[in-house]
Amino acid sequence: MSIAISARNLKKVYPGQPPVTALANASIDIPDNEFFTLLGPSGCGKTTLLRLIAGFEHPTSGSLDMFGQNLLDAPPHKRPVNTVFQSYALFPHLTVAQNIGFGLEMLGKPKSEIRATVDEMMALVKMTEMADRQTSQISGGQQQRVALARALAPRPRVLLLDEPLSALDFKLRKDMQLELKRLQTETGITFIFVTHDQEEALTMSDRIAVMNAGEIRQIGGPRDIYDHPAERFVADFIGDTNFLPAAILSTEGQSAKVRLASGQTVSARLPARDAPAGKVTLAIRPEHATFTSEADGLVTGTLAQVVYFGTDTHFHITLDDGTAFVLRRQNSSDTGPGHSQGDRVGIQFAPDVAQVLKD
Amino acid sequence: MADRGFDVRRQTGFTTIALACFVLLYLPIILLVIYSFNAGASIAIWEGFSWRWYQSAWANEQVQEATVRSLIIAVWASGISTSVAVLAALATTRTPRFRGQSAVFAMINQPLMVPEIVTAVALLIFFAMIKVATGYTGLFYLIIAHSAFCIPFAYLPVRARLQGMDLSLEQAAADLYASPFQVFRRITLPQLWPGILAGAMLAFVISLDDVVITEFVKSAGQDTLPTYMLGQLRRVVTPEINAISTVLLGISVTMVIAFTVLSKIRN
Repeated sequence: MSIAISARNLKKVYPGQPPVTALANASIDIPDNEFFTLLGPSGCGKTTLLRLIAGFEHPTSGSLDMFGQNLLDAPPHKRPVNTVFQSYALFPHLTVAQNIGFGLEMLGKPKSEIRATVDEMMALVKMTEMADRQTSQISGGQQQRVALARALAPRPRVLLLDEPLSALDFKLRKDMQLELKRLQTETGITFIFVTHDQEEALTMSDRIAVMNAGEIRQIGGPRDIYDHPAERFVADFIGDTNFLPAAILSTEGQSAKVRLASGQTVSARLPARDAPAGKVTLAIRPEHATFTSEADGLVTGTLAQVVYFGTDTHFHITLDDGTAFVLRRQNSSDTGPGHSQGDRVGIQFAPDVAQVLKD
Repeated sequence: MADRGFDVRRQTGFTTIALACFVLLYLPIILLVIYSFNAGASIAIWEGFSWRWYQSAWANEQVQEATVRSLIIAVWASGISTSVAVLAALATTRTPRFRGQSAVFAMINQPLMVPEIVTAVALLIFFAMIKVATGYTGLFYLIIAHSAFCIPFAYLPVRARLQGMDLSLEQAAADLYASPFQVFRRITLPQLWPGILAGAMLAFVISLDDVVITEFVKSAGQDTLPTYMLGQLRRVVTPEINAISTVLLGISVTMVIAFTVLSKIRN
């Protein structure tokens, strides 16, 4: 498998008083034909990294290769990457078909080839009937698909997508998530997708890089990132997480025996690298915890609030040391004994579902 | 009811002051237009409706010559100043911020701030030196002078248009393999046209209207329409002046309306 994009110690500092570090020493390898997502809160440097790859910004230091070739010396119009912009950036004075054909025209392709590819692209994004419309005469979702077709038409080896779904409404966004994933699989083009929406990242990506404050904090598959967050930021940013203080008693391979504040011991997973010792924090997903009797609980507390969500119910518990804990249970016809506000409850979780965080 | 805050329209005397301003602004112009249709030779005593002063102005050879000269200068000046203004606007909006950018901006707009009479005297002396050195006394001096003071008028609408444009369009074009020149020709220029036309028309009207600088720079026999009219006022004043003024007013109003419409075109 060849590497599409390879960044080494890529850094971008905007001069000023004080200088702003948008990206600090990012190193990343993105294999060919991967749906790769850059995920993080706004200002985390994900868009900066994308713009460095597109060539709209120049890094302060570091190297950036594409299929083994140095990318940094090439201006944007000489890089074999195309971008789907957050604002779509459709050319307002051109029709839908002219927009889609623009890249091929600039590459100097013959007219017959341009027409054939444009037709193919319009069919791919289901916009054939709109070919001669002005871009102002089509809906937001249609504009989004035109932007996608325009970027795909020159058949780039890498497609950059800068939060392309953020302007769409909920239902359309769901449809487009599946659509994008389908397009990526069908075309075999490497997608680098920027988003701040963790659910979008989890459902579409082959791999995700979680970023914060200009740094890449963790890279891994969606399941990996969700089940085994490497640190508190990742655990907190992706999904809901309960944090419990604990102390490591002993370790064995990837597993550690830890003592909770309640005095109970349980085994938990260690991070892949830099295993910590002594006082640590455990991360437990709300759906991984279950109720038990007060006597059997790894931790115990009082049920403070019950929130019904339709498919599941969230139980907000105040633990004996004052920490808030959320337990999520899927609703079914045989949900078992009910719990109501004010009840004393015990909470347990299976060995090794809790993740030890290094902080 | 909630306090709606300060509203100038609810202040005492607002209506009176506003009406007075409009009367002062427009009454003289309305009178000028009315008397351009006077059948008599007076600009103050109404003697009935007639087109005679329009016919007389149209037949007046001096007016014809001055009009043609004015138009030649205005076309050249608006063409030259708009071209320069587009380049200046690109350089001040599409390049990374450079040292002294504010100073450059101030220098481009300098003709708006320097008293016109100062520019006029400076050009008079400067061109006199060139005239002595080269012996050339043609229209070129007037064209150059007009181009110079028209630049800021052409520059401001073009710059406003460039600043209002979505930069991601140009980035998208570059991303789709358009070279910087192709980006300008295929993406920037088509969207810039309303700004360029607006700037050119503003420059045209400003040039057509100029008296002070023209009066100083022109050689003998190079009257433009405004300087011809000024010259006429020193002699017998007939409604012919009103008729010429009314036509100029018509041109200006048409241009200003076109300018407003063009400025409002989005995308």
